[in-house]
Amino acid sequence: MSRDASRNMPGNTRREPISDTQLLLSISIFVFIGMYALAIIIWGGGFSRPQQLFDMLNNNAYLIILSCGLTIVMIAGGIDISVGGVTALVVMACVVGLETQGQSVGASMLMAVGIGLAFGVVQGYLVSYLNIQPFIVTLAGMFFARGLTTIVSVEPRTVKNAAFLALKDARIEIPWLGYTAKNGSLIPGRIEGGVIVALILVALVYIMLKRTRLGRNLYAVGGNAQSALMLGVNVRRTRFMSYIICGLLAGIGGFVFLTHTAAGNATNAAGAEMNAIASSIIGGTLLSGGVGNVIGSLFGTLILSTIKSIVQASGLRDPWWQSITTGAMLCIFILLQSIVLSNRSKGRLSRKLTRGALGQ
Amino acid sequence: MQNDIVLSMKKICKTFPGVRALHDVDFTLRKGEIHAVMGENGAGKSTLIKVLTGVYQKDSGTINIEGADGEITIRSPQEAQKYGISTVYQEIMLCPNLTVAENIYIGRYKDPIIQWRKTYKESGKILESLGIPANPKQQLGSCSLAVQQMVAIARAVDMDCKVLILDEPTSSLDEKEVKMIFTLMRNLRSRGVGILFVTHFLEQVYEVCDRITVLRNGELVGEYEIESLPKVKLVEKMIGKTLDDLSLIHKKEEAYKEDTAPAYEAVGLSSNVCTNSFDFKIYKGEINGFTGLLGSGRSECVRAIFGADKVSGGEVRIGGKKTRINKPIEAMNKGIGYLPEDRKQDGIIEDLSVRENIILALQVMKGFFKPFTRSEAEAYANEFIKSLGIKTPSADTPIKSLSGGNQQKVILARWLLTHPQYLILDEPTRGIDIGTKVEIQKLVLKLAEEGVSVTFISSEIEEMLRTCSRLIVMRDRSIVGELRGDEITQDKVMSTIAKGSERDEE
Repeated sequence: MSRDASRNMPGNTRREPISDTQLLLSISIFVFIGMYALAIIIWGGGFSRPQQLFDMLNNNAYLIILSCGLTIVMIAGGIDISVGGVTALVVMACVVGLETQGQSVGASMLMAVGIGLAFGVVQGYLVSYLNIQPFIVTLAGMFFARGLTTIVSVEPRTVKNAAFLALKDARIEIPWLGYTAKNGSLIPGRIEGGVIVALILVALVYIMLKRTRLGRNLYAVGGNAQSALMLGVNVRRTRFMSYIICGLLAGIGGFVFLTHTAAGNATNAAGAEMNAIASSIIGGTLLSGGVGNVIGSLFGTLILSTIKSIVQASGLRDPWWQSITTGAMLCIFILLQSIVLSNRSKGRLSRKLTRGALGQ
Repeated sequence: MQNDIVLSMKKICKTFPGVRALHDVDFTLRKGEIHAVMGENGAGKSTLIKVLTGVYQKDSGTINIEGADGEITIRSPQEAQKYGISTVYQEIMLCPNLTVAENIYIGRYKDPIIQWRKTYKESGKILESLGIPANPKQQLGSCSLAVQQMVAIARAVDMDCKVLILDEPTSSLDEKEVKMIFTLMRNLRSRGVGILFVTHFLEQVYEVCDRITVLRNGELVGEYEIESLPKVKLVEKMIGKTLDDLSLIHKKEEAYKEDTAPAYEAVGLSSNVCTNSFDFKIYKGEINGFTGLLGSGRSECVRAIFGADKVSGGEVRIGGKKTRINKPIEAMNKGIGYLPEDRKQDGIIEDLSVRENIILALQVMKGFFKPFTRSEAEAYANEFIKSLGIKTPSADTPIKSLSGGNQQKVILARWLLTHPQYLILDEPTRGIDIGTKVEIQKLVLKLAEEGVSVTFISSEIEEMLRTCSRLIVMRDRSIVGELRGDEITQDKVMSTIAKGSERDEE
């Protein structure tokens, strides 16, 4: 936003309760509701069942977690494209651990978190203390993680560990949000454990961003790092923390991915980092930093997956249609955001001009 | 130490590789005073401030501040803040994406959890007590620049600052906003805050300051009470030579001969941004100037001459011979040089060295596939560094680390190296200190004596009056008059601009 455009008359104490962050969030919630309502009206059936929404959550729980991490990094003005690779590595390492090393479920959870943290710490250190471009560092991280994944196991594997399969099949059933199947039996709404983890993490990250010193420092650093430094914010540590948290979330996301699929494959979570970035952006996080909201990222993920469902429902089953519509939507969304934001600053300017003309 | 002294700096020295930035500088700040630090660009003002705020470490000298026993060492801006030294910069150093209240508190939260209600309440109180018209919950980016600047000051005040450094806080504000800042400054003065005020505007110094410390070339000239130092004396102390020096600049009247063919002549020239076609000519050894208000089309005209914009019509004659200039390179090959108005944008190449910046134009004319040898380039660069007195540690220094005046000299050197017959200087003296301005004016006169034709454009009309022997007056994108000889006075220029179309040519 240009300073000139946002100039107000001195003496203006009019409330402006909606910040850029909140404005962009409302746009994405509004778009999601609009799209979903449209889908219900046009295709009805599947979309009107709550299970459709639950399935979207079940399939994308890991993506929600990854985009939480990316939102944090992007708010602080960085980027992390290694999260997809880290997810794949975590999945494969856990599968191998559970199957061939006789690891317990708890131990593999710890390993998942550990791998994520390790990537976060190393990448965060390189970016924040050695001042290397985050894109390059995490690009290297991505290749590294993908490479390690194939070292751990080239062949696809499935988990047969009983304790893990019990965890995988655990569902929260909500009978009153269920539907009656064709054979007349009632199928309750089913939510996987991973979704609960994802929603709890969204809530935690939301509180962290809104109410803690670290959270506010992340916004300050992303808004203007030079200023933040002068204002006494420990810029390097703040950046470092953003990558650590993002790595940690990627580790958790990997495990959640595994609880959904129970199988490891070197191409797991391919392109997940790009989907996570897209989710964050659609949710109102600016790539330039300083503006963003994790609730928006949740809705961003849902919007992406609604697009996929709609594309499928409209009979375009070829996979490229999904990519094309996703690309187009992303484009439209960013256009919408920038139009809204620039109109906002223009509004401020025109208010100033009218006041000037009235001689107030 | 006297009781009312809040900060004293003694014998501060600071040297950068090749440049002595501060040498034995003393500075004393008392409680409840507004103290201006004045000096040309490169005098050491900003180094002094940076030493005080911990951005640079001093090489030697002592700093004492009220409330701390003995000497203190300041290693970082954070440490400076602990001693009660706060700085408000020209560029607003706040986060526009956060609220006003957050900008007052960010970086100072004691608890890891933020209590929003308390934050808003407290910051509301501060804003109110200082009379700052802003809502704590407002996003800072939606406030005017003046209010943003005031929020920065409020933050400093809330940190119990004893010493408030204001580094050119008014340079991008309009008059009304400057008044608001001044009211706030006086308010703080009455609370006993010592304010160090840096500005380029002499009027502002005389409006709010109590005392002035003058620096020159990294050395202390003296500390003066404002009453005892009239403006003229202040300027003398800043540039270190009496203003009489300026009167040594004498233009040679009509040194050129009008009976020969003009060195450059344009008839009905127009470009896509300079749509009103104009006639123009300049003789060998003549200095003329385009004058007019900002936006009157001065720069557009010379850009058309140089072919910097798309030329759409007209006829050009050089030394009487008809020719065409559509691109800068064609102009350069015909012996025309153009020093652009916007030094940062169109002039310097920031990351290249002084040497590379100097040889650039000549290299372009020669062609990039025939590079100069290192020794050739070095010889060229050193020649001009010496002859123009460019202050740089070496020819290899990146140009961005030079002061504005020296950058401008490098760009001048770039064009002088091409040995132009006709040199166009568009605002060559903007944003540089008085000393260098005088040097550049002298250089222009010297060039003319050597037979170079010069077109000189400046917003400072005195400079034009001193150097030009013919003034072309512009208004609303067309030429409205031409003054020469004794006619060139400020009044006459003004009246010509005012009269506009009813011009009376001789």
